[in-house]
Amino acid sequence: MNSSALIHAVIDGVLTGSVYALMATGLTLIFGVMDIINVAQGIFVILGAYLSYALSVHWGIDPFVGLVITIPTLFLVGIVVERAFIGRLKGPEKTAMSILVTYAISLVIEGSLNMIFSVNYVQISASYVNKTFRIFGVYFAYIYVYGFIMAAILLVALYVMLYRTRFGASIRASLADQTAAALVGIDVKRVSTICFGIGIAVTAAGGMVFGATNAFNASTSYDLISRLLVIIVLGGMGSLGGALLAGILMVTLEDIVGVVWSPVWSIIAFYIVLVIVLSIRPQGLFGKQSARVA
Amino acid sequence: MLKKKVNLLWLVALAIALFVPNIITNPAYRQIAVITLIFTACATSWNMFSGYSGYVALGSAAFYGTGAYTMALLSLHLHVHAGGDMFWLVPVGGLAAMLMAIPIGLIALRVRRHTFVVITIAIFFVFQLAAINFGFTGGTGGLTLPYIPWMIQSYHVPFYYVALTMLVFAIALSASVRRSRFGLQLLAIRDDEDRALGLGVKVFPVKLTGFAMSAFTIGMGGALYAMMQGQIYPQFVFDPIFDISIALMAFFGGFGTLLGPILGGLVLESSQQYLTVTYSNGSLYLILFGVLFLLVVLFMPQGIVVFIRDWWAKRQDRLAAANEAVGAQGGNS
Repeated sequence: MNSSALIHAVIDGVLTGSVYALMATGLTLIFGVMDIINVAQGIFVILGAYLSYALSVHWGIDPFVGLVITIPTLFLVGIVVERAFIGRLKGPEKTAMSILVTYAISLVIEGSLNMIFSVNYVQISASYVNKTFRIFGVYFAYIYVYGFIMAAILLVALYVMLYRTRFGASIRASLADQTAAALVGIDVKRVSTICFGIGIAVTAAGGMVFGATNAFNASTSYDLISRLLVIIVLGGMGSLGGALLAGILMVTLEDIVGVVWSPVWSIIAFYIVLVIVLSIRPQGLFGKQSARVA
Repeated sequence: MLKKKVNLLWLVALAIALFVPNIITNPAYRQIAVITLIFTACATSWNMFSGYSGYVALGSAAFYGTGAYTMALLSLHLHVHAGGDMFWLVPVGGLAAMLMAIPIGLIALRVRRHTFVVITIAIFFVFQLAAINFGFTGGTGGLTLPYIPWMIQSYHVPFYYVALTMLVFAIALSASVRRSRFGLQLLAIRDDEDRALGLGVKVFPVKLTGFAMSAFTIGMGGALYAMMQGQIYPQFVFDPIFDISIALMAFFGGFGTLLGPILGGLVLESSQQYLTVTYSNGSLYLILFGVLFLLVVLFMPQGIVVFIRDWWAKRQDRLAAANEAVGAQGGNS
């Protein structure tokens, strides 16, 4: 192990971590506003990846340009899924039921993807996927940098929307307290639907970068969703800043452990950090202390 | 009167179950029957904690796998005679899973429901990765258990009866917990944990005990499965589908009811096994399973048992109302 490998791991971790942070932000937004744990987030990422893959293979559309098509597509998918299934859930077991419903949705998508694309691993290719450049004596692939820039732009856009617009204010109000938000005249149901759409739409972008940097098939979603869940729990469920920070921290840590010890232990380190943090701070890094659970 | 009827129904069900190996003689279908019983026992046991307390655990495959590896490692290293003697290792597998559940529960049960779900998933993945990466577990190649020299035709029959015993044990345990003070405490936690705490329920020890108890049967299930298959792989005994399957069974039948997971397990697992054996197309199966599940959750969110019970109660009410109306009319005329 040398220091340049370590630098490489840290920079790589931050670059990749930002993409995970983007996907996790969508997940935590959905949980915060709707009390829905969307375990289909992993398969939506893969769906986004396959969409970009299909566009580039069949029509030769560059994956980054293809986002213009895939992001709105997944936004619409999210809206439809929310209207058809998620919005119908109510009652005290709503959150537990949401896990099962979204899991069922993910099974249907997984089965369909397997039928359409087969279970063979694929990877999105573009001219810059394997091209590298040198900095600090370390080589980096362009795709990581582009992915980072894209994730950063989308995250900034998301934050501007949330913190600088009227609609963003109503989302944040629903995050803080649904009943109170409804009382001041916010259409919480409409906010929920759009939030779900946004939460799913970000997976199109995340999935594209994921698909360009990893070989994937539909069952890769299990690995993805477990990581995303760990990230949002670590950051504190429903906390947007927490998801952002935890995403970058965890992936960086994973990369460092991979370099210092072995890649085999890197993913275990990921889970062990979670267990340690939660035994000290059960609500996660930025989570609200839950006073009562109804 | 009603109680007697119910007890009689259980006995009839048991009597039918005892004769299943005589009716089903094809070894492939007998294997389906055994696996169905194992899963049903696991679902019943899962429901005994998660259903009663409301803490949905999605990492139970950690216990299933622990049981399976306990069976494999002990039978290999203790040089147990390959055959019926190995059945004694089944409860040992259960105990190992229960011991594993205590430290897991100490961490996972500190948090409230939503986070608990996610932590159990995370812990499950730690177990799977450990099984893949440690040396003594045989890595991805898994472990081969001592070969049991039984005839193929009747190979599954002893497993069937052991699995049936396990299921009866799981049901009896779940039923007695349900009627006990301990069970009431679990239900109180499900309804309102803070109030239960305020009323003097020692919430944490109750949850931990329930969690460990439910791990016992699940561990036994894993051990029995490993013994029957003769070969285990980390990705099959530590399987995320297992986690979700037993939860689905409980929700499908009726979350938190005694009968629900039994019904869910018998219907879902047997149909799943049958479909995989008959059609090798796993993708189609995934879609069917997903759609079926969506329908059940959306139209019978309480599960089939509660749905039927409500429907029956409504029907009785309607009948009573109709009788009353007829009676009133009769009185008038």
